[in-house]
Amino acid sequence: MTDSHTIAVTVNGVRTEKSVEPRLLLSDFIRHELMLAGTHVGCEHGVCGACTILFDGFPTRSCLMFAVQADGHEIATVEGLSKGETLHPLQQAMHDSHGLQCGYCTPGILMTMSAFLDSNPSPDEHAVREALSGNLCRCTGYQHIVDAVLLAAERMRT
Amino acid sequence: MSSRETRNFGAPIRRNEDRKLLTGKALFVDDLEIPGMLYAALLRSSVAHGELISVDVSAALAREGVVAAYTAHDLGDFWQPGPLLVPPPPIEGVIFNLRTHACLAKDKVRYVGEPLAIVIAESRYIAEDALADIAVEIEQLPAVVDLEAALKPGAALVHDDLRSNVSAHVRQKNGDYAAAAAKAAHIIKRRFAYEHGISSPMETRGVVAQWDERAGQLTVWDTTQAPVFLRNGLAAVFGLSERQVRVVAPFVGGGFGPKIMMFYPEELLVPWASTRLNRPIKWIEDRLEHFVATTHERGQIHDAQIALDAEGRILGVKDVFLHDTGAYDPYGLTVPINSQCTLLGPYVIPAYDSTFTAVFTTLPIVTPYRGAGRQHGVFVIERLLDIAAHELKIDPAEIRRRNLIPPDAFPYDNKIIYQDFAPLSYDSGNYEPILNKALDAIGYAGFKDEQKKALSEGKHLGIAIANYVEGTGIGPYEGARVQVQANGRVSVATGIGTQGQGHFTVFAQIVADQVGCLVTDVDVVTGDTDRFHWGAGTFASRGAVVAGNAVNEAALVVRQKILKLAADHFECAEEDLELGNGEVQIVGVPGRSVRLSELAMKANPMRGAVKPGTEPGLESTQYFGPPGGATASGVHAMIIEVDPELLTLEIKKYVVVHDCGTVINPLILAGQIHGGVAQGIGNAFYEKLLFDDAGQLLNASLADYLLPTSLDVPRMQLEHTVTPSPLNPLGIKGAGEAGAIPVGPLFAQAIEDALGLKAKGIELLEIPLSPGRLWQLITQAG
Repeated sequence: MTDSHTIAVTVNGVRTEKSVEPRLLLSDFIRHELMLAGTHVGCEHGVCGACTILFDGFPTRSCLMFAVQADGHEIATVEGLSKGETLHPLQQAMHDSHGLQCGYCTPGILMTMSAFLDSNPSPDEHAVREALSGNLCRCTGYQHIVDAVLLAAERMRT
Repeated sequence: MSSRETRNFGAPIRRNEDRKLLTGKALFVDDLEIPGMLYAALLRSSVAHGELISVDVSAALAREGVVAAYTAHDLGDFWQPGPLLVPPPPIEGVIFNLRTHACLAKDKVRYVGEPLAIVIAESRYIAEDALADIAVEIEQLPAVVDLEAALKPGAALVHDDLRSNVSAHVRQKNGDYAAAAAKAAHIIKRRFAYEHGISSPMETRGVVAQWDERAGQLTVWDTTQAPVFLRNGLAAVFGLSERQVRVVAPFVGGGFGPKIMMFYPEELLVPWASTRLNRPIKWIEDRLEHFVATTHERGQIHDAQIALDAEGRILGVKDVFLHDTGAYDPYGLTVPINSQCTLLGPYVIPAYDSTFTAVFTTLPIVTPYRGAGRQHGVFVIERLLDIAAHELKIDPAEIRRRNLIPPDAFPYDNKIIYQDFAPLSYDSGNYEPILNKALDAIGYAGFKDEQKKALSEGKHLGIAIANYVEGTGIGPYEGARVQVQANGRVSVATGIGTQGQGHFTVFAQIVADQVGCLVTDVDVVTGDTDRFHWGAGTFASRGAVVAGNAVNEAALVVRQKILKLAADHFECAEEDLELGNGEVQIVGVPGRSVRLSELAMKANPMRGAVKPGTEPGLESTQYFGPPGGATASGVHAMIIEVDPELLTLEIKKYVVVHDCGTVINPLILAGQIHGGVAQGIGNAFYEKLLFDDAGQLLNASLADYLLPTSLDVPRMQLEHTVTPSPLNPLGIKGAGEAGAIPVGPLFAQAIEDALGLKAKGIELLEIPLSPGRLWQLITQAG
């Protein structure tokens, strides 16, 4: 039988302790142990960006980490982005701009681009496209996502 | 509808489904957690072609945590080749050799990725570990990868009982091409190679099956685009009645075609194992598996010729092509028939003679992917016209204009048979205004000067323009049930599946207008066979057209029921009533109104007697089946800059002018077009499935198979014309595939123009292109 480790992780502000196998992917831990299924898995080899979370505040691919590496760290997922019924400005702008279709890549894009907007309050279109280019979307052709990020930036500035 | 009533149809309404998706609360198949669930993993062939000598799972069974492991021999009578999904159309002289796959290979393997065994374990991790415990012996045979070599005498046979690798042979013709060629001023002959890749939705496939022995009920959650179809198929193979099987396609993370293929092996194996073990079982495809376990579209080789008069008018087209169907052909002839039919485009082609041979190869199965063979045909005709324009010294836009079907020629019968078995007839269209709009929008008239000026600054600009038509909205039918609930909300259920197309919103718009409520008060359910158990599925750009019209018909009947009940309530004439804001009001008498919720309760009395024939509730179920497909059309135009050293390119401007009839929601339509163009760009310049001679896919990861990113897809300018379809009451045509179809010829034309390749005698006759491939073509030409 494989050994297990007890880890303590703060997820969306809530501290959790769990016993996990050392090989358990952080993405599987979040989805199937913590039951936060909003974080999606698209490729499990670190390319598509669907599984992006914030790890100590930085956008990080949860499929490229083990759960044990998160011991003592802080994680934020899409479930923690809105404040109650009030959507995060980027979530609202994605809705207003039709920035999602199937919605599978959306959580990863929200986590990547909300962090981007925190450090880049006034981006131009090219900067948005650069920041977005690590997240693959097969439905939208990106145009409405770019519109949404620019709209969110504008609203967050005022 | 009175003037006070709302009109959501045609408005850019934001989507009802967004909130769940934006907050991580939408249910996708892999999100299901059921107590007692087991996890499946499949061992797949690592060899493209070979005799399967043995598959030994005994070591896997011995591993702790493994519950079961099955090979083909364990399946008993359940093992059998699968059904034919789409029979061949009734075309005279058609040859079709049906060879379908079973869920596990038994005697022979025919592509890398073909399933050999399934392991069921307490976790996905253990199941995947156990795959390494399985011993497989395969005696390798020569792979069949090249289409022309596959047809040569002595080629290895994919299916030994056939005398060749011919899957199908179809000839369709209209008029007399030989006579047309005999009187032609010009004949142009070329060979074209067009490959389409994989749809690669961001969510891979997945199946969760739960057999409930007590209830005698099988529930299957599946990423399918056609849940009702799958339910019917599962009932048949399991010997159950249809109402004992429930298939649910919950939120599905993109599909684009390949998420219909009855049956994917896992769609049979996972439910079968669940009935054996009496436990829920989950299987989720990983991305590396997806590259070989989910269907592709791939390639065709066309030997085509066009006969023209001295003014560049088309007299006839002859085309002979090979189509790669992969190791099996369960999807029939849909892809090559689409290529054959869509080649005709928006043009008058008096004589057409088209023959194709579909070829078995030892590669994954080919089924439709967004465009579904239409790209291949459009590439051939658009390239032929480009070459003709060059040789006849006619402007490329002008030669297209001269050949357009005139607006008074509709309905236009092409006199061949389409994929839906109906004659290929265009219902309506008005093509020249679309071309004009596109030329204006791209700045065609002033481009030559712009190009010269740029060249003097060392910048290589190129322009391109391409036409297409898209057969959409085919039958047979869809249905919908609309019901006003006691809380005033309106529920809609339909049998199609949804993979991001916005059905939860566009159907709500249709209903909201008919019953007079808010779009956000309409709850749409798609893809749950217990909520609506009739229908065909989401494919061929048909969801909005066929299901949308069924929703409209049902909502219309509910509206009539509301008016009748409210007229009884107020003791007034129905004509004196209007619907809006979730209530029925007497026109001009403020305050005299009744809520829909109250009427819904009145329509379902709990005491007393009702009149004979009374049906309870404000509810109706209606069906819609169009007489034929509705033909959408459009023009794409593009300006690019090519780096003459690196052969990379930047899209400076991209214009789409599109006519899909009446528009339900322009915001959602724009999204469909944007996404289609993005996939077209991937197909044209980034995505290529690289197989070696042994049938191994060399770039089976997203790091190696390049999907376009936000830096590769440009901002697009969209414009529309509206030519309603006469084939359905709403006048709509499908739009799902339009963006993807004409991008290949656009790239070829623009790159030739930017680098002046025609003057150097270099023609781009293949897709996909890439900087590397362009370099080869240019250097080979010296």
